[in-house]
Amino acid sequence: MIGAGIAKGMAVTLRNFVGSYLEEDRLTTVQYPEERNPLPENYRNFPILIFDGNDPHAGLRCVACKICEKECPPQCIYITKSEDKKPDYMGKPQFYPAVFDIDISVCMSCQICVEVCPFEAIKMDKEFELSKRERFNALLERKEQLAKSNEYYHHIHPVEAAQVDKNLAEAAAAAEAKKKAAAAATTAKASSVGDAVSVPGKPAASPTAQSLGSTSSPGVSPPAAN
Amino acid sequence: MSATSSQELEQAPPRMSSRLEGELMEVSLGPQHPSTHGVFRMNVALEGEIVRKLKPVFGYLHRNHEQIGESAGYLQAMPYTDRLDYFCSMTNNWAYALSVEKLAGIEVPERAEYLRIILAELTRLQNHTSLLGFLLSDMGAWGTPLMYAFREREKILDLFESLSGARMMCDYMRFGGCRVDANDDWIAGAKKIVDLFPKFLDEFEDLILQNEIVIARTQHVGKLSPELAISAGITGPMLRASGVNYDIRKIDKYGFYPRFKFRVPLGDHGDTYDRLMMRALEMRESLSILQQAFAQIQPGPVMNPKVKIRAFKPPVGEAYGRIEAPKGELGFYLISDGSANPYRYRVRPPSFINLTILEDMCLGHTVADVMVILGSIDIVMGEVDR
Ligand code: SF4
Ligand code: SF4
Repeated sequence: MIGAGIAKGMAVTLRNFVGSYLEEDRLTTVQYPEERNPLPENYRNFPILIFDGNDPHAGLRCVACKICEKECPPQCIYITKSEDKKPDYMGKPQFYPAVFDIDISVCMSCQICVEVCPFEAIKMDKEFELSKRERFNALLERKEQLAKSNEYYHHIHPVEAAQVDKNLAEAAAAAEAKKKAAAAATTAKASSVGDAVSVPGKPAASPTAQSLGSTSSPGVSPPAAN
Repeated sequence: MSATSSQELEQAPPRMSSRLEGELMEVSLGPQHPSTHGVFRMNVALEGEIVRKLKPVFGYLHRNHEQIGESAGYLQAMPYTDRLDYFCSMTNNWAYALSVEKLAGIEVPERAEYLRIILAELTRLQNHTSLLGFLLSDMGAWGTPLMYAFREREKILDLFESLSGARMMCDYMRFGGCRVDANDDWIAGAKKIVDLFPKFLDEFEDLILQNEIVIARTQHVGKLSPELAISAGITGPMLRASGVNYDIRKIDKYGFYPRFKFRVPLGDHGDTYDRLMMRALEMRESLSILQQAFAQIQPGPVMNPKVKIRAFKPPVGEAYGRIEAPKGELGFYLISDGSANPYRYRVRPPSFINLTILEDMCLGHTVADVMVILGSIDIVMGEVDR
């Protein structure tokens, strides 16, 4: 019968229309910005730099090794290595980035910088409301804007951050054990400063093994450092 | 008065370009036409409403993908593959990872293979769902079917987001596995969506497949003979709608597909209706593959620990890896000279090659049919132009 198929389709439309008032899974829109869907744990947007403790300069984990600058596919990271060295969390002198800029108008949120960083220094942010009134400088994020505390990192990626802290603590412990074995006399002052967080002066593992470890997520145990 | 003027018009010398001699009217459809699926232009020569000539014009979205692939490293090209066919970034990732794995002889852990199949089939589901919605909106059913399709697609994209961090630009696979593991919650969530999907499919089929208008607009429209399809290199659902049994999942047996039981639907007539049905039937098969995958997947590592992420240098050689992407055969051809960049990086895009047949399918049909035929090819301009 001509028209039966159309009538059937109309019945579906009617069912959906009425259903959108009654059923949860037919009413899927959310009134943003008043209502928001929670972001998933793994959500990623633009990179941030992590620092430990309270001082963004002293605690910055980044040692300006420039690996991420080299590996970034659209080449949107600009790093200038410092002239001098600053003591890192373990008290070991390290270079730090004098300039660390990310052009977020070029960044494509691919997370490769996070995967290759051997020092767990760069992570992905979840902030997505980033509209700016200015087209040029406002989209170039400086070191000061990029630096975020480890607490913030724990806040946005709780599971991943806990895993990273565990990795770092393990690496620190391994480094310390090594040191102890080498020279028992010098171990006293190298005891860790933070309670949950302690950053090794040098990664115990080779950069490759570490970078693989940094890609781990809930549910994966990091590959053994060799 | 009006009679004389129309007579005058008839006798007036032709004002069209000399090439068309005034018998045909040349119309440019696109690149901003709302139903041309992205920045795509068709120059059609019309006789009344009938298409007599059709010239596809593309290249508006060209962004040098292959050259970028050659100048960036192997890993660096991975996020760019997301941007080829931005509906199916997971399958793009897989095709690229597969060819690099072939090139360098990398093994993939079992769980990663299962995850890849799950993600590829979910991608197929969401691609075909949104294709049906777009096709209907090309036919003039504005909004409603497309919104129903997008509602379901969004559930799958939410799954992708919670796994990979982004809805569409997933950048999820790596050579030798997948970037992160899926936890049990994710698998349970995916299973729930797959369990509920047949309900939506039933409803969607009720909505469109028996609709007299859809039937009138699609049956015997844009017929593609199997011979022409084969000689033009058409792949994917479009080829199978013409009745050619060619599914790379069955032929190449890549990944763990030989472990799965599924059928390959085939069409009889090769018209637009068959292509539409083909998508609906393929989704049913994808659902059965997904259910089997959820039953078989075991915990384990998802990444081959031997693979170096940084400074990845495959041995000298060449490789062509291809998979059955939702739109057809997606292949990456790589030549390595042993350095960190591929010497040659070539994409074999299904959308582009399926599009080459457009003129043959459209000749003799009306302008309105051209839109429907174009919609049934299933193109994404990001992949056509690269
Ligand atoms: S790879 Fe890590 S430590 Fe090195 S420069 Fe980049 S953020 Fe800093
Ligand atoms: S996320 Fe990707 S594009 Fe953005 S800075 Fe990191 S490596 Fe570069």
